[in-house]
Amino acid sequence: MVNFGLLYMEIATAALGLMLLAWGLLVPKRERQGIAYLTAAGLLALLALAWCTRGAAGTVLPGYTIDLYSIYFKSLFLTAAFLATICSFDYVAKMGFNQGEYYALLVFATLGMMVLATSGELITLYLGLELMAITFYILVAYRLDDPKSAEAGIKYLLLGALSSAILLYGFSLIYGTCGSTVLREIGKRISSGQADFALLLGLIFVIAGFSFKVTAVPFHMWAPDVYEGAPTPITAFLSVGSKAAAFAALIRILFLGFDNQAFLWLPLVTVLSVLSMVLGNLVAIPQKNVKRLLAYSSVAQGGYLLLGIVSASLLGIGAILYYAMIYVFANMGAFMAATAFYNNDRSDEIKDYAGLARRAPLVAAVMLFSVASLAGIPPLAGFPGKLYLFSSVVARDYSYLWLALLGLLMSAVSVYYYLQIVKAMYTGNPAPQKGALQVSRGMEVAMLLVLGILFFLGIYPTPLTNYAFKAGETLFMP
Amino acid sequence: MANLYWIPKAWLIPLLPALAFPFIAFITRKARGLSALTAILAIGVSLVISLGVLWEVIAHGITMDNPVEYSTVWLQIPQLLKIEAGLLIDPLSAVMLLVVTLVAFLVEIYSIGYMEDDPGFSVFFAYLSLFGASMLGLVLANNYFMIYFFWELVGLCSYLLIGFWYHRAEAARAGFKAFVVNRLADFGFLLGFFFLFIIFHTFNFRELAAAIPAYHNVGLLTVAALLVFTGPIGKSAQFPLHVWLPDAMEGPTPVSALIHAATMVAAGVYLLARAYVLFASLPNVMLVVAYVGGFTAIFAATIAIAQRDIKRILAYSTISQLGYMVMAMGVGSMTAGIFHLTTHAFFKALLFLAAGSVIHALHEQDIFRMGGLYKDMKVTTVTFIIGALALAGIPPFAGFWSKDEILAAAYHNGFLGLYILGTLVAFLTAFYMFRLIFITFFGERRAGLHGHESPPVMTIPLGILALLSIFAGFVGTPFTARGFSTFVYYAAPHEVEPDYMVMALSTLVALAGIALAWWLYGRPSDLPERLKESYRWAYNLLWNKFYIDEFYLWIYRRIFWGLAEAFHWHDRHVVDGLWDGVGDVTRASGQKLRYLQTGNLQTYALVFFTAVVVIALWMAGMGGMIR
Repeated sequence: MVNFGLLYMEIATAALGLMLLAWGLLVPKRERQGIAYLTAAGLLALLALAWCTRGAAGTVLPGYTIDLYSIYFKSLFLTAAFLATICSFDYVAKMGFNQGEYYALLVFATLGMMVLATSGELITLYLGLELMAITFYILVAYRLDDPKSAEAGIKYLLLGALSSAILLYGFSLIYGTCGSTVLREIGKRISSGQADFALLLGLIFVIAGFSFKVTAVPFHMWAPDVYEGAPTPITAFLSVGSKAAAFAALIRILFLGFDNQAFLWLPLVTVLSVLSMVLGNLVAIPQKNVKRLLAYSSVAQGGYLLLGIVSASLLGIGAILYYAMIYVFANMGAFMAATAFYNNDRSDEIKDYAGLARRAPLVAAVMLFSVASLAGIPPLAGFPGKLYLFSSVVARDYSYLWLALLGLLMSAVSVYYYLQIVKAMYTGNPAPQKGALQVSRGMEVAMLLVLGILFFLGIYPTPLTNYAFKAGETLFMP
Repeated sequence: MANLYWIPKAWLIPLLPALAFPFIAFITRKARGLSALTAILAIGVSLVISLGVLWEVIAHGITMDNPVEYSTVWLQIPQLLKIEAGLLIDPLSAVMLLVVTLVAFLVEIYSIGYMEDDPGFSVFFAYLSLFGASMLGLVLANNYFMIYFFWELVGLCSYLLIGFWYHRAEAARAGFKAFVVNRLADFGFLLGFFFLFIIFHTFNFRELAAAIPAYHNVGLLTVAALLVFTGPIGKSAQFPLHVWLPDAMEGPTPVSALIHAATMVAAGVYLLARAYVLFASLPNVMLVVAYVGGFTAIFAATIAIAQRDIKRILAYSTISQLGYMVMAMGVGSMTAGIFHLTTHAFFKALLFLAAGSVIHALHEQDIFRMGGLYKDMKVTTVTFIIGALALAGIPPFAGFWSKDEILAAAYHNGFLGLYILGTLVAFLTAFYMFRLIFITFFGERRAGLHGHESPPVMTIPLGILALLSIFAGFVGTPFTARGFSTFVYYAAPHEVEPDYMVMALSTLVALAGIALAWWLYGRPSDLPERLKESYRWAYNLLWNKFYIDEFYLWIYRRIFWGLAEAFHWHDRHVVDGLWDGVGDVTRASGQKLRYLQTGNLQTYALVFFTAVVVIALWMAGMGGMIR
């Protein structure tokens, strides 16, 4: 007996998406402004629903399990989608067409992430992944007037298809060896059976496929081009939502399905983490474009998050969950500031940010504290996040101390390029003809909210920490 | 514990003044009256809650062994680190809360008059509020981490307030000196409780109190305890880190009253009491504590007899009295130390505020340019004398009972040397205080300066503190049933036995000190000048405070400066060169690595596949699974 009642979050999200689609078609063109607000309100309501029903637990289909872990990630995606929606208000209105479609696709992408993060079974997991990916292909190419956007869309589509193919191949190899697509079942069969080459290859393909999504080096190459070309709110959503969803699934696969193969995947994940931290941070330095810079910073952040997997402990998983949530706010904050700037000046170049602090103190402050949080400077929320991640690695084994030190060193490097933006904003002189920035009220409120959360969780991280660790614990419950 | 009303609200005590700080700084700064009102209202409500807390602690039988603790986790890494934020309410903290809020409340009222014409009036009240809040947070803290947080905040506030008149070079320097000396000591304290954390994996006082007696690695614990003790050496101005306190008088006088009585130097003694289990389990450390305290007491008292500045004399008397308190802790009587801290808070605040009243009237601090002030300033004179009598330890004033308990504790716990030393300090104390009084308030007007009585807003706090200086000691006399010693104690409550010999002797030497002061300074005489001439070297030694400051300056100039030069060279040429190189390499490699990103889709796909193949080969090789 399939308990469809437990799918309430997925069903409600799908309903919201369909409703937005219908609304966009039925309502006369000039009155479509309301659809953005409707999306925001709907996502907020879903977020409230997720919070109120966080105690829900149960199995819908074999491997499709509702637990605190999945609800935590659902809340994360909804938060990201909500902030991305607010970010889109002016941006999409200025594009001037098909608003209903845009917001509906945003919600469907969220639905895909939810499925991806909830599923413990390879086929449904893949379904979620594709739902997320295909909606993103469309959204990335949404700026029809801009060839860069189209280029980004094509690149993302082709490389995404490539990674999906690899991933599917991996899945088929795993199924072929184990005879099951349910992760817990796979875990049991591997422990009893002999690991062989086909299984190892399957595992490598799966990790490669997900590395593409979490932008781990050397599978990151699409990210800078796509991040730069996509509409800024979509870049923001892609960088936090897609990445977190891929992490949610990767953690499930590695710890539920391949826990006793850790001796194989640990070195691989360690290498990916090191490469991402080093390359992401180093290449971010010479960047001149804010979105490209944030793309490389996002590659580096993916590297930090992989440290949590390397620690292979509850502490590490909890740290990933905590950091992923903080990353939503910090990265969204940075992209919101970038969007606000783009809406006015139609530019993403760092040199054009000169004197922004005088033209828009709030926008500059949001950018400053967001990148400071990304760099892990106290008292901002990124600091405890990095503290948890790095100490989880150290706590695992002192022989991994070098990895934590590398993370620290690379965080120090990151301060350099983050401060490039800050330096331009606070010490540069604005071009004389540039006036104050026009920022919509909704955006201002969202920015203040992000600032407040970054400071609150930096000073008193315990509420979220407890939630994240509790969510991490449920993953390991039988 | 069901029907506690005030104690669950104790968190408001530090919070209200803490909120007053930003409120004044950001909102009411332009409105002077409103700023003062905000600050006084905040600390006033805190005072009321503190009274309620103390009352409930007594009424509900909350004892040292049976405290109330509220705690929440502030920051944790499961299995590695847990830092709490919490309140610990026991008789010790309840008494301290009352002392701090009461003194701070009176000082803030007094400041309305004293700071009347100051352009920084509102900011002054904002700082005072933050100062009070920090100290109250420190008192309520239930763990080392939190106490350290507020400990640093207290240090910061003292810096801000000592250097309040920052446009005066001496004031700015004094604030800086206080901060640097305290930081030095705080670093030791920080290391100390980190040691404790490494050993016991907790910062919590009660958990530590349970764990310490069962721990047997005395060597490690001794290191930790000595490091923790450096905190009080700095904050409570013990030798050799006492040098900041005399200079701290550069701040406005109400600040001096606050620092010397309630919010700054008290923190060190309070920490000793809070961490007493750590010290009590280590007899050797106790010995160090006792002798540091005893030495500081006599050392500072001798300096005080040769000073001419009214506030400087009081400052050295504070150091000397703090030495008493630390000595009490060291000889094993935590009760006596805290009791003396309490009574001292009242009469030292009184003395400073009364001295402030004099300074306010004359704009002069050199006592040898004063004289005959009792004719102009009756209230100030009377209250100052009451404070001095309490400080000198004349019965039945408050200071007598607490000092007597310290001396009795030293005598009965087998520290005969420290007892004699303590008695000698009592003699010196009486002498220098009454030297000050005879010169300042009696005799002829040396420089023709006329005073005028201060406004009621200043004299009423003086009156209240004078009453407390007379009566506060009665809570802890040996004749009081269920007195202070059964309330604030370590290990077990005990009744103090009156020791008439100790009492009589300390009273006699104090009276002798007053008599000597009268003989030398209370009547027209050229004896002091002649003494000064014939014992020039001794006078110079005392006048220059044993040249401690000069010694530190010499060390700083000759040794640190030379070292710093060497380090500077090393830093410029070796470290900078190295890191410039690292920076250049980092940036250059970023530039180079950037070219991996061609923008070419085929390249991306190629890299993707190559990576998969390389990984597969690598892992297959590692797994040894290519068969």
